[in-house]
Amino acid sequence: MCTVCGCGAGEVRIEGASDAKGGAEQHRHDHTHDHHHDHAHHHDQHHHHYGEGEAGASVPGMSQSRMIQLEQDILSKNNAYADANRRYFQDRAIFVLNLVSSPGSGKTTLLVETLKRLSSSRKCYVIEGDQQTTNDADRIRETGVEALQINTGKGCHLDGHMVGHAVEHLSPADGGCIFIENVGNLVCPAAFDLGEAHKVAILSVTEGEDKPLKYPDMFAAADLMLLNKSDLLPHLDFDVSTAMENARKVNPNIKILTVSARTGEGLDHWLQWIEAARLMNLAGHPALSAAE
Amino acid sequence: MHEMSLCESILGILKEQAEQQSFSKVDRVCLEVGTLSGVELEALRFGFDVVMRGSLAEGAALEITCPQAQAWCLNCAKSVPIAERYDPCPECGSHQLQVTGGDELRIKELEVS
Repeated sequence: MCTVCGCGAGEVRIEGASDAKGGAEQHRHDHTHDHHHDHAHHHDQHHHHYGEGEAGASVPGMSQSRMIQLEQDILSKNNAYADANRRYFQDRAIFVLNLVSSPGSGKTTLLVETLKRLSSSRKCYVIEGDQQTTNDADRIRETGVEALQINTGKGCHLDGHMVGHAVEHLSPADGGCIFIENVGNLVCPAAFDLGEAHKVAILSVTEGEDKPLKYPDMFAAADLMLLNKSDLLPHLDFDVSTAMENARKVNPNIKILTVSARTGEGLDHWLQWIEAARLMNLAGHPALSAAE
Repeated sequence: MHEMSLCESILGILKEQAEQQSFSKVDRVCLEVGTLSGVELEALRFGFDVVMRGSLAEGAALEITCPQAQAWCLNCAKSVPIAERYDPCPECGSHQLQVTGGDELRIKELEVS
């Protein structure tokens, strides 16, 4: 899926990829970059030397210092990987959610409880993003669902490229569901599209009601907010309606569900949302008319 | 705090352009960073200097323009300026706003030699 390869240097480790050292260094590409120059430039032998300056190029009547209008999105490379992922998922009717939250919001527990209820009827996969350890992937595997851990090293978010390689590794069945548990961070993952159908932001009631205002980018990027750990509400001063109001200030279209991974409260609504969003995403896909 | 990786992406784009457009040195990079793009400008400037060191853009000047964020107010049916995503419409106070600009994050132009 590496269409525009630019495996950056770094410490990214995709679990199970080759000898566990993984990541940038050992990922070799056989393709060459052909570049098309329609003007004179150096050749290794047989020099035709026009430009003697640093650019090694010469255009009659122009100095070598020039302006280039680029208008290129800085995240365009990530977006290209994300688009390639999205096409791959779309072609295979795979439904992908990107779960984002602060550390400690209960993402993994919520995911484990979701998988217990969903994985008997649909093939599920999990991609876990954390800076270090495979603890979360290990917890997911206990449910019998295939999981792959990506360790981002010092990185604070998953990107489209890492997810592309993770998906290659998982080789998910057509019509499956992939849950991507992003690095616990409400800032950076907002900017990096992974090719998912929806971002789902998880906010636990032990955090402040003003989290959506403090980290507006994430709540603006998410389509659904899960208000988790609702079983703790009787012990807290957390005001659910203020939290919802704040989320809607940032994103008037956000859907909000109150859940508790521990007691199971609201999980049926979350599962309904998953199925409805999956079908919406698949509208018009041949797999839908064949299966249903 | 993803400014460092944004700088890595900028360097990647510069290298790619250097190959496609045959230049070997970048003297100036002009960026457009909207006020809602989630980028901390100081961190970006710091990261830029660090990441460009030893590359074709070492010592390049960094110019940043910050387009003011705009939103479409559904109540007023017009475009209004906002400072933050959660700001109400400055005219009617409604939160039914759709952000239409201010999340730009792009390289506008380069001066190269």
